[in-house]
Amino acid sequence: MNVLHFINNFFSDSAHWHGYDGIPTRLREHIQYSLIALAIAAAIGLPVGLLTGHTGRGGNTVAFIATAGRALPSFGLLVLMFVLLGLGLTPVMIPLVVLAVPPILVTTYEAVRSVDPSPVDAARGMGMAESRVLFQVELPVALPLILSGLRSAAIQIVSTATIAAYVSLGGLGRYIVDGLYQRNYEKVVGGATLVAVLALLALGFFWLVARFTVSPGVRRSAR
Amino acid sequence: MIRIDSVTKRYPDGTVAVDNLSLEIPDRSITVFVGPSGCGKTTTLRMINRMIEPSEGTITIDGKDITQQPVNTLRRSMGYVIQNAGLFQHRTIIDNIATVPRLLGWDKARARARARELMERVGLDGSLAKRYPYQLSGGQQQRVGVARALAADPPVLLMDEPFSAVDPVVRKGLQDELLRIQDELGKTIVFVTHDIDEAVKIGTMVAVMRTGGHLAQFAPPAELLTDPADAFVEDFLGADRGIRRLSFFSSAGLDLLTTPIVAVDATAEQIAARTSKDVPYLLVTDVDGRPLGWSEPATLTAGSVDPARLLSHGRPFEHGKESLRAALDGAVLSPTGWAVAVGADGRVTGVVSQQTIGEAIRAAHAEGRTEKVAG
Repeated sequence: MNVLHFINNFFSDSAHWHGYDGIPTRLREHIQYSLIALAIAAAIGLPVGLLTGHTGRGGNTVAFIATAGRALPSFGLLVLMFVLLGLGLTPVMIPLVVLAVPPILVTTYEAVRSVDPSPVDAARGMGMAESRVLFQVELPVALPLILSGLRSAAIQIVSTATIAAYVSLGGLGRYIVDGLYQRNYEKVVGGATLVAVLALLALGFFWLVARFTVSPGVRRSAR
Repeated sequence: MIRIDSVTKRYPDGTVAVDNLSLEIPDRSITVFVGPSGCGKTTTLRMINRMIEPSEGTITIDGKDITQQPVNTLRRSMGYVIQNAGLFQHRTIIDNIATVPRLLGWDKARARARARELMERVGLDGSLAKRYPYQLSGGQQQRVGVARALAADPPVLLMDEPFSAVDPVVRKGLQDELLRIQDELGKTIVFVTHDIDEAVKIGTMVAVMRTGGHLAQFAPPAELLTDPADAFVEDFLGADRGIRRLSFFSSAGLDLLTTPIVAVDATAEQIAARTSKDVPYLLVTDVDGRPLGWSEPATLTAGSVDPARLLSHGRPFEHGKESLRAALDGAVLSPTGWAVAVGADGRVTGVVSQQTIGEAIRAAHAEGRTEKVAG
C-alpha cells in the first residue's frame, strides 16, 4: 500500500462523491471557511498595513502584532475558543484570522514603506492629496508584494482550516479527522491531497490576480 | 515675482537649515541656488511649494502670501522636477506627463493631447508615449520629468538638482534643452544645484549659499565670476573663473584673417598666393571648406597633400555664436596657436591668432559688457 494507491482508491470510490460527506460538499465548506477567514483578515490587515506603511508610524506595533500572532498556536487557540464560546463558526474563525493577519499586515506595511520615495515626493510636490498619494502612487507599486502577503495568508488558511473538523464542523479536515479515528488511511490521504490541491489553486488564483492588476511597468521594473 | 522675506528654517533639534534669507526671484528668468551640501538650497526651494514650512518669515508670489491658498492648489500652480525624475513606474510616459492636468480635472483625452504636445516640446519621440519609465534612459526619464512639470503650463517651475544623476554628456544636452525651452516659454524657474558650472551656465541670477543657510552672494553669473563677494564664493567658483568668465563675451567682434587658407586640392600658385610672412602657417581645408589641419607653407606640395601629416587645428569655434572662451580654447589646443572659426555649416570662415583673441579679451573687459553666449 503506497500513497498513490490510497489516493486512487479514495477518489475512485463513488461513495466519496455524493451526499453530506461527499467531496463536493466538503470542498465547498472548506472554501467557504477559507474565504470568510481571508476576508476578515484582509479587512483588518490591509487598511492597517496601508495606513502604517504610508505614514511610516506604528512600525513597532505592527512588528509586535506579527510576532504575537505567529507565536499563537492555531490548534491551542481553537480549543480555547471552543471552551469559551462553544460550538460554532466563530471559535474556528478566530484562530484562522489570527493566523492570517500577520502575513497580510506585515507585507502590506513593508510593501508601502519600501516604495521608492522620489515618486512619492514628486506626487506631493505636484499637489496630490495624501489619499491619492497612497492609492494612486504607492499602492500600484506595492501591489505585487501586498498580493504575495495575501497569497501566503490564503495558503496558510486553506491548510489550517482542517482544524474546523475537530470542533465538529465540516470542511476537508473531516476526512483527515474521521479517517484517523477510523484508521481509514485512504480517507486521510485523500483529504490531505484535496487540501494540497486547494492550496495550489489558491496559488494559481493569486498569480492570475497579479497578472491582471499589476501594471506592466511595475512588473517589469521589479526584475 | 517670488519674494523670500527674512525666512528662517529651524528644526526641533536646533539645526538651522536656512538663516534669515531674503531675496527676490525675478519673473521669467532662471534663478539658481547653488552651494555645498547642507547650505539650505533644497530647503529654500521646498519652502516655496510648502513641502517644508518656514519657522519664521514669509514667502510671497506677486505680493500674495503663499500660505493664503490651499497647499495643493499652490503646488498645482508650480511645476516640480526632482533628481532621478521620480516618475510613476506603473504609468505610461504619456499618463505620467498628464498627471497634473488630470488633477486639475481635465478629461483624459485633453490631458493626453496636452501630454503629447509636451513630449514634442522637450524632445521626446512620440513613439515613447505608451512606454513605461523602466524602458527609458536616465536622460529620457528626466525629460519626462520636465514635461510632466510643464504639463499644466504653470508660471513657476521648481527644479531640485534635476540633472545631477545623469552623465555629463546627457547633462549638457538637458541644460541646452532647458535653455531652449525657457527661451520659448519664459517661465519663472527656481533651480537648485551643487554644480557651480551648471549654475553659471543656466542661471540668469545665481544665489550662492553657504553652510548654515546663509546667502553668500546673489548676482548674475558674469558678475559672480568677475567680482566674488568673499573668499568663500571665490573658492567655490574654483580656480579658472577668469577663463570661465570669457563664456560671457561673444566671439562676434573678433577680426578674422581669411588669407592663410587653402583647399586640399590647391595649386602651387594658390599656395604661394596665400602664403604671407605675417602668418607662418596655412590652414588646409577639404574641398567643401571644412578644416583639415595646419601646415607650414614650405612643406605643402600642390597635388599631394597628406591630411594625416597636418598639424591639429584644435576645436573650431562658431564665429558669432560661441564665446571668446571657445575661441581661446581652439587657439590653445592647436600647436600653431591659431584658432579656426567656422560658420553654422562647419565651413571655415577665417582664422585668428591667440594674440588677436587676447586683445579682444582686454577690450571686452574694458567695456565690461557681458551677454549670455552659447558654449
